[in-house]
Amino acid sequence: MAQKKGGKSAASDDPEELARTPLQAVLLADTFNLKFRPITLERPKVLLPLVNTPMIDYTLAWLESVGVEEVFLFCCAHAEQVKEYIGNSHWGQSHAGFSITTIESNFSMSAGDALRFIEGKNVIRGDFILITGDTISNMSLTEALQAHKDRRKKDPDTVMTMFVKRSKPMPLTHQTRLGNDEIMMAIDPETKQLLYYEDRFDCSKRAVTLDKSLLADNASLYLRTDLEDCCIDICSPEVLTIFLDNFDYQHLRRHFVKGLLHDDIMGKKIYTHEIDSSYTARVDNYRSYDTISKDIIQRWSFPLVPDVLYAGNRAQMRLQREGIYKAPDVTLSPSVRIGAFTAIGSGTIIGENSSVSNSVIGELCTIGRNVSIDGCYIWDSVTIEDGCRLSHSIVCDGVHLHTGATLEPGVILSFKVEVGQNITVPAYSKVSLLPQPSKQDSDEELEYADTNSGIIDSPSIASISPANIEHDHVSSFDTEQSVLLEGGLSGVGYIWTSCETGNEEEWRYSVAPIPVEKLKEFYAKMFDEDESSSDGEQTGITHSGELISESKSTDFDDSDGEYKGDVSKFEKEVEETFERALGGVAEENVQLEINSLRMSFNVTHAECAGAVFQSVIKSAIIASNSSKSNLLKATIDAIERSKGLLSYFITNVDEEIEVILKFEEMCMEITREFAPIFSSVLHQLYDKEVITEDAILKWESEKADADESDKVFVKQSEAFLKVFSHLNFSTGVSVLQRLYGAMTSLKLL
Amino acid sequence: MDPPMDFQVVVLAGGTSDKLSPLVSKELPKALLPVANKPLLSYPLELLEASNLKNIIVVVEGDEAATQVESWLSVAYMDRLNVEVVKTPGDVGTVGAIRAVAPFLISTDILIVSGDLVSDISPGAIAATHRRHGAAVTALFCPAPVSGGADSSTSGGKDKAKKPSRCNIVGLDPTRQFLLHVVSGAKVEKDIHIQKRIVRAVGQMEIRSDFMDAHVYAFKRTVLLDVLEKENLYSIKQDVLPYLVRTQLRSEISAKKENSADESSNGATKELPSEDININSAVPSNQNLRWLSQHREIAPSSYQEIHISDCDMNKSRLAKKTHKCCIYLSGKTQYCARLNSVQAFGDINRDMLGEASRITGYTFSAQNNVVHPTVVQGAKTTAGGQCIIAEGTILGDKCSVKRSVIGRHCRIGSNVKIVNSIVMNHITIEDNCTIQGSVISSNVQIQERASLKDCQVGAGYVITAGSEYKSEPLTKR
Repeated sequence: MAQKKGGKSAASDDPEELARTPLQAVLLADTFNLKFRPITLERPKVLLPLVNTPMIDYTLAWLESVGVEEVFLFCCAHAEQVKEYIGNSHWGQSHAGFSITTIESNFSMSAGDALRFIEGKNVIRGDFILITGDTISNMSLTEALQAHKDRRKKDPDTVMTMFVKRSKPMPLTHQTRLGNDEIMMAIDPETKQLLYYEDRFDCSKRAVTLDKSLLADNASLYLRTDLEDCCIDICSPEVLTIFLDNFDYQHLRRHFVKGLLHDDIMGKKIYTHEIDSSYTARVDNYRSYDTISKDIIQRWSFPLVPDVLYAGNRAQMRLQREGIYKAPDVTLSPSVRIGAFTAIGSGTIIGENSSVSNSVIGELCTIGRNVSIDGCYIWDSVTIEDGCRLSHSIVCDGVHLHTGATLEPGVILSFKVEVGQNITVPAYSKVSLLPQPSKQDSDEELEYADTNSGIIDSPSIASISPANIEHDHVSSFDTEQSVLLEGGLSGVGYIWTSCETGNEEEWRYSVAPIPVEKLKEFYAKMFDEDESSSDGEQTGITHSGELISESKSTDFDDSDGEYKGDVSKFEKEVEETFERALGGVAEENVQLEINSLRMSFNVTHAECAGAVFQSVIKSAIIASNSSKSNLLKATIDAIERSKGLLSYFITNVDEEIEVILKFEEMCMEITREFAPIFSSVLHQLYDKEVITEDAILKWESEKADADESDKVFVKQSEAFLKVFSHLNFSTGVSVLQRLYGAMTSLKLL
Repeated sequence: MDPPMDFQVVVLAGGTSDKLSPLVSKELPKALLPVANKPLLSYPLELLEASNLKNIIVVVEGDEAATQVESWLSVAYMDRLNVEVVKTPGDVGTVGAIRAVAPFLISTDILIVSGDLVSDISPGAIAATHRRHGAAVTALFCPAPVSGGADSSTSGGKDKAKKPSRCNIVGLDPTRQFLLHVVSGAKVEKDIHIQKRIVRAVGQMEIRSDFMDAHVYAFKRTVLLDVLEKENLYSIKQDVLPYLVRTQLRSEISAKKENSADESSNGATKELPSEDININSAVPSNQNLRWLSQHREIAPSSYQEIHISDCDMNKSRLAKKTHKCCIYLSGKTQYCARLNSVQAFGDINRDMLGEASRITGYTFSAQNNVVHPTVVQGAKTTAGGQCIIAEGTILGDKCSVKRSVIGRHCRIGSNVKIVNSIVMNHITIEDNCTIQGSVISSNVQIQERASLKDCQVGAGYVITAGSEYKSEPLTKR
């Protein structure tokens, strides 16, 4: 407290600060995501117990410790519960270190909405701390706050200071410890300004692209993946205005931070403050719930530890040897084995020969005999009958496990679920009394909406017979395979299918320790795309082993790929247009349409001619009903029908040759059925004056040097060509010369 | 004689660079261009000699240039250095030059030094760093000159119009020992792409755009020869170095090289079995990784992890190879410049007179100048501070020389002012001339009352009496 006073008085030296504003904080008591489903259907995330104390208590205790005087608690989902909790706790009392005001909005779907709503309330007067109700921290704010104020004085465009923390050096632990995504930031080493931010780090992209202007403006910068975002920010009041101005900003990082950095329209600056020794973490998913619980038990978050921080009305837990926390009124049978780093809440009874290790057990739980609990989080008033085996699970309030039930790692049992006798709940299952909402609601930003719709009547669910429930509810939520837990008579609850992440990713976010194979797989994946990329274009070494500079090669390959894609796409478009033309669209319109296609795809006239011809031939195939005898006739018909169109697009020799080549290609690849009638069709084309003799002769001479395999069609047309050149004897010596040239070159070869 | 370190040095002396026209010509190749009255090539050579790197191959472009350089070398360094001159046709690029000398390369590591380097950074230190890390390549980078220095002026006016042009973009690890990313020269205009993997591996990558590639590289010979086999390479700076840096976490060289190493160890090199592993560029990845893990402080484990996961997964693919690309960063107080433009020529000469005078090897007098004892000065002639006047030059009366270099056997008339200029050898300047900020090549005749400001005068040019020139290059037609 004294520390904070010091910081305050230093800040208020500034004349502008004479009208001193109390330090304010905005605490978002809603995380606007679904990661804690199904538990959050019934209770807001901030009230979930973390080592027997609701998460929000940790956050509020930290805010109090750093000298915040006014807290605006924004609640959305389950606002009533949050308000009730705050009202009953000591935070709501006048002797708390700060005043707490709850702001309730039922329409907010995201952090952006929340901040816009708060802006509308007009309560923020100065810099404020923005934090979510699931953040555990024990860091000091003084230095960063002072730095922020100093920067603000120098540059009014400073809007935010983000706290970041050096994470574990190894990318693997770093990402698997808290189940976070990797974040890449670029930070100016001098000013600590944030220059680039990329979360949800897309592994498929192998390279990060920094804008050239970044380097033009900054002689040096640090590109870092070894930082964790603490999700605590010091914001200027402008942040709210920016949110108001940009009504499409939803997510604090993905939209706001990126928007400010990348759009660069507003010239606003974000700075970072790196903390090193203190503890900060956010309970973002089950995995981090597990990790942070352990951290708290191991006292990394001191003074926010179970024997100090406790606001409940029952007996407080005390720390004993080996990191065991135990309330004084716990009843343990003498044969119970309690392993290290375990917390057992007040009023809990554990029967003979049971063993508990690495777990947190809440208050008023009844645990029978021969139960083994390892790495579990058992909340309040849970009944576990004899012989149950639980490992790495979360068991919410009021759950009842009947004799011999087994929870495999990663199981989540939401409130009041019952597991029948000798039932094994498979790994990673999530079981709730409430059925899973249908899929379309599970858009991430929409948690609030469906939390409300999700809480539907069915308090009496347990009284309905299983078959009925299945019938009633499963049919109404048909897309989900919400099956009632089979479990004899006493099992109650729906098994949820995992919705957002899919089963493959489940292990990453689960409470269960990550299996070794998965770790390896994950690691391999992380570096394997690199491996596969080693042959890729970006490495600059192509298969032939030649070296192309990186930038060049990317450009080249990109454009190349685009180009190829475009031609085939263009052909497809032309084909579709042509089909429409057959359906009776006027010829001029078709010409117009194809011409505009040609321009928009930027293909040459010749390619266009080829594409049109291809469409004609394809239409012939359709017309012939794939019978070979009809094919020639159908082709002739098709050519006759589209003569106008063809002659419109085939105007010179080059285009004619392209058409012949195209036809040849088609005969070899796509439409092999034309191969036998190649020469006849060619003859037809000549007869219909689509193709001139010049083109045919040119084609032939072009083919003269080709491989034998390429000359199949030349040979086939030999008779025709002969007659043809004979007939056109008069066309001039030049043609003959060309022919002669071709022949001699053949001989030479 | 055997140098103490098994290093061969290749000095790329260039030929008659267009960039330096009109200063260089067929008669005066770039290597022999006088900088503070010493041939340019003598600077890198002296530097190498000081580090006891005496096994030197000088590559010169063009026959005539090669002959001249060779004859100069045979006189100047006859008994001091073991120098060979190899000539290449013009316009083959630095890679072409190295290809030309490839058959002569026999030592474990090769140091490639640009012949236009004027510096006091010890190449021995670079060589030692290279050895210590066992790197595939070590490159020297130095802080780029702040005010439009040598390198930025080469990129031409186009860049200058835009934002301050950056010479190179380099990515360093937090210890600043490893080179993780490099984009050089003209490519900097684009957005930069950085491989995520390499950032991931170190956790934190420092990206600098204010370092200059000083064109000194130490290569493992095996790596160098291997890279040279690839096609489409032109420049070491723009092609070879970026390639090696880019592939350092999955070295293709190593994979290849190991095969050849196997072959060679089966065959001829059996008599030196232990050496073979050290010489080989492809340290098997586990060795290299262990090594890396000791030195990459930030993410040691990740390197091991690659290795571990590779072994564990027992995939059929080749174990990942890495090679190390190191960087030697010069200190801020050290001088480092490359003479690759007319602008740089002027700058370097000026620096030789001022801040970097230690490099010249001259002893400056109390007036802070170097006037050879044989110089004849007329009455009331003053040679101010920061001047070098070489032997046999005769100055008339009432001359004033400030911040300038005057070469050998010049005849300078009376009442001539020479300020901030470089006057090479055998030049005649008649009375009442004013020369400011200019470079006068050898054998130029400047007739009386001529006035030159910021001009470059090519060899043998005659400036007529009374003429005035401003900011012009003047060459003999």
